[in-house]
Amino acid sequence: MTTSPANPVLLSDAAFALTLALLLVAPLAIAGVALINTGLGRARSAAQALMGNLAIVSVAAIVFALVGSTFAGSLPGGWGVAFHSNGKAWEWIHFGSLMLSGLNTAPAQSQLALLFEFLAVAMAALIPWGSGADRWRLTAGCAAAAITALVVFPLLAHWVWAGGWLAQLGANFGLGSGFLDAGGAATAHVLGGLTALAVIWIAGPRKGKFPKEGFSTALPGHNAVYVLFGCFICLVGWLAWNVAGAVVWLHAPLSALPGTAVNTLLAASGALASTFTVTRVRFGKPDASLCANGWLAGLVASSGCAALIPPFAALIVGIAAGIVTPLLVELFELALSIDDPSGAISVHAAGGLLGLIAAGLFAGPTGQFTAQLIGIATLLGLMLPLVYLLFALLNRVVPFRVDSDGERIGMDLHELGGGAYPEFVIHRDESYR
Amino acid sequence: MKYAGLFVMPAGFFLVIAAIVLFPDPVSRTAFVVCGLAVECLGLAVAVRGHMQSSRESHL
Repeated sequence: MTTSPANPVLLSDAAFALTLALLLVAPLAIAGVALINTGLGRARSAAQALMGNLAIVSVAAIVFALVGSTFAGSLPGGWGVAFHSNGKAWEWIHFGSLMLSGLNTAPAQSQLALLFEFLAVAMAALIPWGSGADRWRLTAGCAAAAITALVVFPLLAHWVWAGGWLAQLGANFGLGSGFLDAGGAATAHVLGGLTALAVIWIAGPRKGKFPKEGFSTALPGHNAVYVLFGCFICLVGWLAWNVAGAVVWLHAPLSALPGTAVNTLLAASGALASTFTVTRVRFGKPDASLCANGWLAGLVASSGCAALIPPFAALIVGIAAGIVTPLLVELFELALSIDDPSGAISVHAAGGLLGLIAAGLFAGPTGQFTAQLIGIATLLGLMLPLVYLLFALLNRVVPFRVDSDGERIGMDLHELGGGAYPEFVIHRDESYR
Repeated sequence: MKYAGLFVMPAGFFLVIAAIVLFPDPVSRTAFVVCGLAVECLGLAVAVRGHMQSSRESHL
């Protein structure tokens, strides 16, 4: 079911036009995540947060266009490095044309695939930015985005989408259709979530988050309206994203696309309903920011499976994502001392993993579940240590964490010289008493 | 401790790769893939524990 640049599938004009239109709407998913990240941060860092989202998307797009796309291998041509074992080729890395040369003459399928990858690399680079809120320097965030777009994402994208060894698991070893990731659950969301974990480990928690004695300090997001409106924007973007992914990576017929959209909506709705219930039971009232995280986790989970599973299964997956997300947010903060303001690890990493597992459980022929497990093992066992190593080295050159003075006055004043809300009085931080 | 955990995780990944090549039987292959994932989770747990320890020490 997966394609490779060597043998692109011919798309009808209608399918091409529809998919292109969907991919032009899909950036709303990125805009929604950016708004959620900003709303979950503090008021004194809001402008830096949103500015950082824009800068990171720009850096990721430029680096991916100049060099990263060469390794991803979405455009025809170039050559791959493969190991051979038992007569089977394992393609690990690809060297294609530099700086998108040959884009205009490439088949329509390859052009759409490349556009999809541009969106996915922007999302993967953007996700950790919310986790480093209020302490991660803008320069360091852009440098990290460059590394993601240069090395980490292209490797994974080639393995999953462009005929690499994960995509060939089906042809080489009879494992279903190979590792399937039609909506970017692995390449964008799980990768972004694991990158967020690496960033949190390197940058450390916000000052005052984990006091010497007692429980962790609650540092609530500054604007619940941004967060909840971002969820609506995400829905539009995700519907376009998942439906476009079904055409680009699975070659789904047009008649199958409404089902993918329904599954996306059902997963998000199920997730919101279950997070609403869980937080209502645990805290007496539903928690707005956790409900937003639950909704987003449902959308992320749908990225892994919406094009592959029946509607009832999509609802189950969404409900599971909605139950797991608030519990993980609490576990990470209270038990594991992981300060993740945007909940990226719970939402994007855990939600994405859930979607990928669901694709193996509810869909596909024999061996699909094993193929999905192998993809997950690659993300956890190879990509996380690789990202941590690269970011730890980068941290020595471009320090991730802002100095204590910058953290005290807020990232807006420290990094941009002006606040997001100049007419508001910013309250003194109680944690510095 | 964090680095020890991060070294264990690729070991689990290579166990998974070995399972794909060495076991043509689907049952034993899946079992070994699950074992590889378990090793990765163990490494992740050690790395998280190491992170907690280092953040506690930074408070002292």
